[in-house]
Amino acid sequence: MSAALQNLVNQPYKHGFVTNIESDVAPKGLNEDIIRLISSKKNEPEWLLEFRLNAYQKWLTMSEPDWQNVHYPKIDFQAISYYSAPKPKKKLASMDEVDPELLRTFEKLGVPMHERAALAGVAVDVIFDSVSVTTTYKEKLAEVGIIFCSISEAVHEHPELVKKYLGSVIPVGDNFFAALNSAVFTDGSFCFIPKGVKCPMDLSTYFRINTEGSGQFERTLVIAEEGATVSYLEGCTAPQFDTNQLHAAVVELIALDNADIKYSTVQNWYAGDENGVGGIFNFVTKRGLAKGVNSRISWTQVETGSAITWKYPSCILRGDNSVGEFYSVAVTNHHQQADTGTKMIHLGKNTRSTIVSKGISAGKSNSSYRGLVRVAPTADGARNYSQCDSMLIGDQCGAHTFPYIQVRNNSAQVEHEASTSKIGEDQLFYFAQRGIDAEEAVSMIINGFCKDVFQQLPMEFAVEATKLLSFKLEGSVG
Amino acid sequence: MINKNSKTILDVRELHANIHGTEILKGINLTVRSGEIHAIMGLNGSGKSTLAKVLAGHSDYEVTGGSVKLDDQDILELVPEERARAGVFLAFQYPIEIPGVANSQFLRLAYNTVQSQRGKEELDPLEFDDFVREKMKLLEMNPDFLDRSVNEGFSGGEKKRNEILQMALLEPKLSILDETDSGLDIDALKIVANGVNQITNENNATILVTHYQRLLDYIVPDYVHVMEAGRIIKTGGKELALQLETHGYDWVSSGNQTNAGVTT
Repeated sequence: MSAALQNLVNQPYKHGFVTNIESDVAPKGLNEDIIRLISSKKNEPEWLLEFRLNAYQKWLTMSEPDWQNVHYPKIDFQAISYYSAPKPKKKLASMDEVDPELLRTFEKLGVPMHERAALAGVAVDVIFDSVSVTTTYKEKLAEVGIIFCSISEAVHEHPELVKKYLGSVIPVGDNFFAALNSAVFTDGSFCFIPKGVKCPMDLSTYFRINTEGSGQFERTLVIAEEGATVSYLEGCTAPQFDTNQLHAAVVELIALDNADIKYSTVQNWYAGDENGVGGIFNFVTKRGLAKGVNSRISWTQVETGSAITWKYPSCILRGDNSVGEFYSVAVTNHHQQADTGTKMIHLGKNTRSTIVSKGISAGKSNSSYRGLVRVAPTADGARNYSQCDSMLIGDQCGAHTFPYIQVRNNSAQVEHEASTSKIGEDQLFYFAQRGIDAEEAVSMIINGFCKDVFQQLPMEFAVEATKLLSFKLEGSVG
Repeated sequence: MINKNSKTILDVRELHANIHGTEILKGINLTVRSGEIHAIMGLNGSGKSTLAKVLAGHSDYEVTGGSVKLDDQDILELVPEERARAGVFLAFQYPIEIPGVANSQFLRLAYNTVQSQRGKEELDPLEFDDFVREKMKLLEMNPDFLDRSVNEGFSGGEKKRNEILQMALLEPKLSILDETDSGLDIDALKIVANGVNQITNENNATILVTHYQRLLDYIVPDYVHVMEAGRIIKTGGKELALQLETHGYDWVSSGNQTNAGVTT
């Protein structure tokens, strides 16, 4: 690997800083008492406590999955603190009263929240360690009947909706980490778009993990009623820590007849240092249910962070003519590991799904695409198109593809294409001979490689994603 | 055109270079003045393509001795992109494909990089589009090329035209055309040669690396050098190329005199 490339790959994490805000941290460990503590801290109704305890009981009977192509030391689930809330100095009536330290954090991230909200017309539901500090634009959205708030708030304000849909796509016992999340989730976002309403703006949540050693268990629930459409953005950065942080979020999407949900993620959590020390473990369960006819669920993700990423945003295509989409860019560098992909479960007639996955591996990292396309006997005329491309930068990284295809209906059409390419010295020399340095060359090649996915992102996110990839990979070619 | 008073653009003295420890260039001396066109001929393995890559700074080659000056500036210390910005252009024998990167985007970045180095104005995408379309006419290129990925799926002739288009855009001081004629049919050869002839002028200089006399019918050199085993063994005017065509490389080969044989 050339020196220029080495330098590019070895850039330190740009968002590594810790904000000093007092936190209210629960004692480490997990048991029924802790779950009761969380539930009572949040003043939850009895049914939700039961939901949690039920999940906890299921979790106790499950074991941590080990089939994925990633390696990490065993997690001691009793060494994690399951609740941490920032202590506001006083009750917040407006943004002006938000802890200035917190606002500075957002500024360091380059995303001043007020500006973001005002200029971009994005409603930001800010998640700061587990508890929503403030929610903007709520009134404006409320005018058209949209509910966009923290899930704790929704539990109190709209219990019937939460009770109806929570766990309806991802049952409490779905998998080890989903069960854990269901038992201990502290907060997250809730979004409800009523019948026939087209959400007038992109909805955005900024996640940020802040307390060292605290587990982060977000819970997101998005419901689009008949004919409703929404575009939801999720972005993450995290400060630099030595100890691994477990993040096990659950995201459930429900689209009724003719509804359309687009869920976009740009993820840049701390990935550990160049020797692979520290970094976030990101074990997420994301699933969308295209429940109604002609409904659509679309996932777009740009995964650049985490020491380990393990996630498969999936679509269950139950409604006839429903559509599932998955567009993904996963970048790994240094010692990062990613095992990510999707599941497209075709149940309804004439259901269609598209998978476009772009994996980029640099340094000593490993990236795997793992995807399942399942066509049930009921899914007459189902179609799937999958494209999985891998790009290798340097000669010490790995890219793997594990496509699973299960078709039980003769009328289905399933296509899978895959390619592997490499950024080579010859390409870089070609750029250099035209005056273009390695940094710009890599950025241009990578952006070209990811074009099909970036096109799916909302405009401002696409710009962010492009920048993010550039600094993640600058100079990593060898 | 030869004008003994014009200034020296490239001055190569006793240049030695290795690849993986094997010496390929064994003392090259070459002076190129502005306005001149030099042809470097020789059999496969004689070192002519290596010379082209070494001048451009390819990292596979290690320079073990000698000097290379561009306008009196020692360029051996410069990395390839700095040499390019200083005015060295290499038209590749096998232009590499860059999937996913639009040709227009690539061309504009290269153009603006060189422009800003020269303290000149950069062009935005719309201005550049007008500018590049004019240049494409020189090479009878279809504007569709702008939207395609760099060299991806281009025919041999299209790739070579795309190289000369870059030469036209970047206006280098020194252009090195490495086997630009290979893989071209006669029509494409004429178009490419015509493009080159319109770009060359009294302020720049060109080195044509080639096997065959054919290209030199259309781009007429002022000097012809014959390389063998890493050295220039003979230099002459354009008639030397014709003599080579008639008599073959054996005719000038040092092997004939020393019995060392011709490198292949």
